Amino acid sequence: MNIDPTETTALLKSLATELRVRLHELARKDPLMIGIHTGGAWVAEYLHQALAIAEPLGVLNINFYRDDFSQSGLHPVVTPSDLPFAIDGRHVVLVDDVLHTGRTIRAALNEIFDYGRPASVLLVALVDRGGRELPVRADVVGRKLSLTPGQQIKLSGPDALCLEFRDC
Amino acid sequence: MAIVIRGGRLIDPANGVDEVTDLTIVDGRIAALGSAPAGAQVDEEIDARGLIVCPGLVDLNARLREPGAEHKATIASESRAAASAGITTLCVPPDTEPVVDTQAVVELIHRRAADAGMARVEVMGALTVGLKGERLAEMAALKRAGCVGVSNGLQPVTSTEVMRRAMEYAGTFDLGVFLHCEDPWLAVDRQMHGGSVSGRLGIGGIPETAETVTVARDLLLLEQTGVEGHFCHLTSTRAVTMVAEARARGLPLTAGASAYQLHLTEDDVVGFDSQCHVRPPLRSAGDRKGLRAGVRSGVIQAICSAHQPHENDAKQDPFALTEPGISGLETLLPLALDLHHEDGMGLAELLAALTSNPAKIMGVERGALGVGAVADVCIFDLNARWVLEEDTMLSQGHNSPFLGQTLRGRVMHTLLGGKVVHTWTP
Amino acid sequence: MAGLPFSQLDGAGHLRHFLTTEGLSRETLTDILDTADSFAAVGKRAIKKVPLLRGKTVVNLFFEPSTRTLTTFELAAKRLSADVMNINLKRSAAVKGESLLDTLHTLEAMHCDMFVIRHASSGAAHFIARNVAPHISVMNGGDGRHAHPSQALIDVYTIRQHKPDFSKLRVAIVGDIAHSRVARSQIRTLRALGVKEVRIVAPRTLLPPMPEALGAKVFLSLEEGLRDVDVVMMLRLQQERIQGPLLPSLHEYNACYGLTEKKLAVAKADAIVMHPGPLNRGVEIDSEVADGPRSVILQQVSHGIAIRMAVMSMILGRRDAAKEPG
Repeated sequence: MNIDPTETTALLKSLATELRVRLHELARKDPLMIGIHTGGAWVAEYLHQALAIAEPLGVLNINFYRDDFSQSGLHPVVTPSDLPFAIDGRHVVLVDDVLHTGRTIRAALNEIFDYGRPASVLLVALVDRGGRELPVRADVVGRKLSLTPGQQIKLSGPDALCLEFRDC
Repeated sequence: MAIVIRGGRLIDPANGVDEVTDLTIVDGRIAALGSAPAGAQVDEEIDARGLIVCPGLVDLNARLREPGAEHKATIASESRAAASAGITTLCVPPDTEPVVDTQAVVELIHRRAADAGMARVEVMGALTVGLKGERLAEMAALKRAGCVGVSNGLQPVTSTEVMRRAMEYAGTFDLGVFLHCEDPWLAVDRQMHGGSVSGRLGIGGIPETAETVTVARDLLLLEQTGVEGHFCHLTSTRAVTMVAEARARGLPLTAGASAYQLHLTEDDVVGFDSQCHVRPPLRSAGDRKGLRAGVRSGVIQAICSAHQPHENDAKQDPFALTEPGISGLETLLPLALDLHHEDGMGLAELLAALTSNPAKIMGVERGALGVGAVADVCIFDLNARWVLEEDTMLSQGHNSPFLGQTLRGRVMHTLLGGKVVHTWTP
Repeated sequence: MAGLPFSQLDGAGHLRHFLTTEGLSRETLTDILDTADSFAAVGKRAIKKVPLLRGKTVVNLFFEPSTRTLTTFELAAKRLSADVMNINLKRSAAVKGESLLDTLHTLEAMHCDMFVIRHASSGAAHFIARNVAPHISVMNGGDGRHAHPSQALIDVYTIRQHKPDFSKLRVAIVGDIAHSRVARSQIRTLRALGVKEVRIVAPRTLLPPMPEALGAKVFLSLEEGLRDVDVVMMLRLQQERIQGPLLPSLHEYNACYGLTEKKLAVAKADAIVMHPGPLNRGVEIDSEVADGPRSVILQQVSHGIAIRMAVMSMILGRRDAAKEPG
C-alpha cells in the first residue's frame, strides 16, 4: 500500500500551510529551518521553499548522537551535519519525515544544543505513526497513522517525494 | 647384562652398515650385530621391527642454561629432553654464567650431567677470558678438565690479532676452534635478517655480510694458523660457498647448521612472532635452499639443535625486546629427517650429520655402533607423525615456533651406555 | 612455518584493532576518510563534542614521549565523549621492572575499552593486541620503525582535499625511509588507494634493505625524485642519525635532500608539500617552503583529530555491533 505521489504532495502542501499558521500564532519571526537527514531534509527543503525562509536550510545528521550506536555501530559513510548559521537566540523549526519512537528527535535536540542555545524549537513531522518510547510530540503533523510494530513507512526521494508502506 | 634390539633397520654410517639385523649389547657396549653370542643371557629385548636403529644423536650446539640461568633450564631437565629426542651426547658452548673459562665450571657441568644420567654432556671451553675477546683463556687447563674444543660462544672476538693468537694457542694444545660468525658492528641493535621483510616490518636488519665478512676473516686466519676450525651455525648460501671453497683448498675445517635454519626463513617473522627471533637470524628462502644443498653435498657435516630454552617471559615482549633462541632438542631429528622425506637425501648420509660427523668434529669416540663401541643408541620410527605440544615438551623451555605443528619421525627408544633412558609411551 | 599473522580485522572484515595500514582495503581506507569528513565538521561547532563513545574508556599508553600525538588522541577521544586516561610508562611502572604484560593486565582490570599504544619497538602494538583481553581494542599510535597508520591517514586525507583523483598522482616521500614508521604506513596507504606512482627519495644509507619491496620507486637524487610530482611528503630527520655512520652532517644532508623553493621548481606547478612534524627547519625543509603557499603542513595538523575520531568510533562501534547483533 503506497500513498501516491500526488497525495504526498498534497500532504506537503497542507503541512506548509499549517506550519505557516502556527508560526504566525506563536509569533516566531525569522525562524531557522533544520531537516533531519535524509527524509526530514527533503521535507524541510520543500517547506523552506514554501515558506520562503531567508536563511539557508540546515541539515542535521544525528548519526553521532544515536543511542543505538552500541548495537548497530557507526555507519561508515556519514554526511555531516551542516548548520550554516548561528543558532543562539533563534527560533528553530526542526523537520522530520516520520515521527516514531522519538529517539531520533531526542538525538537531534541534543545535537542542536551542541551548536548553541536556540530561543525555541518547533517540531514538524510529515507523518506521526505512533509508537512513542519517549515523551516527544510534534507541534505540526501532516498526517497521523496507526501502524502495527511490524509495519514500516518510509519516505522515498529526493525527487517526487512519496510515502511507502511495507509489511515486515 | 645383555639387551637385544630385534629386527630393526640398523643404520651405522661410520661403519657403512645399513641392514635389517638384531643388535646385541652386553655391559653397555655393542657385543654383536645379529643374534646374541652363544651363552649370553638376554635380559631385555626391544622390538625394533619397522624402526630404524642408529647411533645416539650427537648435538654440537645446545645450551642447557646451567650454571647461571636455571630459571630457563637445568642440565637435568634438558638432558631428559635430549634423551626423549634420541640425543645421547650434547655439547654445550662456554657462555654460561660463570663462563667456562676455568676447570671448576667444566667439572661442575660434568658432575651435574653425570648426576642426571640421561645424556653425555661435553663442554666447550672459552677462547678468551669471560668471552670478552681480550685475553686468552687457560686453554691447556680447560683441555685437561675435559673440554672438547674452544669457542667464544655468541660473543665476537673483534680484534683480529686476538683471534689469530687464540687460534694459534688453541692449535698448540690440539684444540679445535668452534666459530660463531657475526660481525658485531653489522649486527648491533638489529634483530632479524636484513631483507625485504625487515624493511617491511621496520625491524633492524642484520645483513648477510655480518656473517660472511667474519667467515672470510676467520677462514684466512685458520689458513694462516693451520688450526682445525668448525663453523657452528652457518645461515647463508654465500657462507656455505666460501666454506666449500676453503675445504676444496684442503683446509681442515667443518661446518654446521641448525635444524630450524633448514626450515624457517625471514618470512616466518611476519606478524612479529617472537618465537622466530633467533641469533643468528633466519635468512631468506634462497639461503634456506643453499643450506639444505650444503647438507646434501656434505659441505655442512653436522646438523645441530642450537637449543636455547627460555622461560615464557623471555618471549613475551615486542619482537626486538625478546630474547633470541628456540628450544630445539625435541625437534632436531624430525626437522633433520625432512631432508630425507622432502629432498630425498640418503638416510645414511643424513644420519651421519647427526651422529658420526659431529662426534668426529668434537674428537670423541661416539656416533658409531661397531662391535665394542659404547652402546648409545637411538631407535626411531621414520614415518610416525606427531604434534609438538607445549604440555608434552620435556625441555623446560617451551619456546618453539613449531608448537602445534605436525612433525614426521618419532624417537621410540634411547639407550645411553646400554641403559634404556627413554621409551616412547602414547 | 609459524602461525598466521595476527589480524586486525574481525571475521566480517571490519576493524577490530588498528595496527597498520598494511592489508587494509581501499574501501576501508575510504570509509575512514569519509567518516573523518563528518567529524571535521564537529570541530567547527560551539560544542566540539558528540556523545558517541559516552561511557567508554580510552587509555593512551605511551612508552615513548610525544606530546603532539598524545594530545590529538586525547582530544579525539574526548570529543567522542569517552573518558581518557594518559599513562606515560617511560616514567611509571615500566622502570620498576613490571613487565609489559603485567601493566596491560592491570589496566584491563579497570574495564578499559581501547588502548592507544605508542612504543619504541616495532611490533609492540601487534604484541599488545595479541595479548589483551577480548573486550579491548588496540590502536597503534606509532611502533618503532614499523607503522604509524593514523598519521598516514591524516596525510592522505590532506592530499584528498587538494587532489581528489588519486589515480593520476605522483607522490614523492623524501628522507629517512629506513627509520620511518610514517613512510612505511604512507606507502601502503597510497598504494592501496591507487596512487599512480609512489617514489621514495633518500641517500642509500637511509633506505631499508631491498627498498623496492616496499612498493615504491627508488630515487637517490632529490632533483630527479621531485620531477613532475603532485605531492611531496618530507620526513623528519632525527638528529641522532648524524652521530652514527649514516650521514656526514646536517649541512650536507640539507644541501642534498633539504627541500628548497628552488629544488621544488621541477615538481608540478600545483604540487603540495607535506611534513608529519615536528619540523627541522633548515635541515629537511627550508622555512620558505614550510611556510610557503604550497605547504599544507598546518592542515595536516588540524586533520589529526578528525581522523583519530573516525578510527576510534569505527572500531568501537563495529566491535559492539558484532557483539550484540540486531
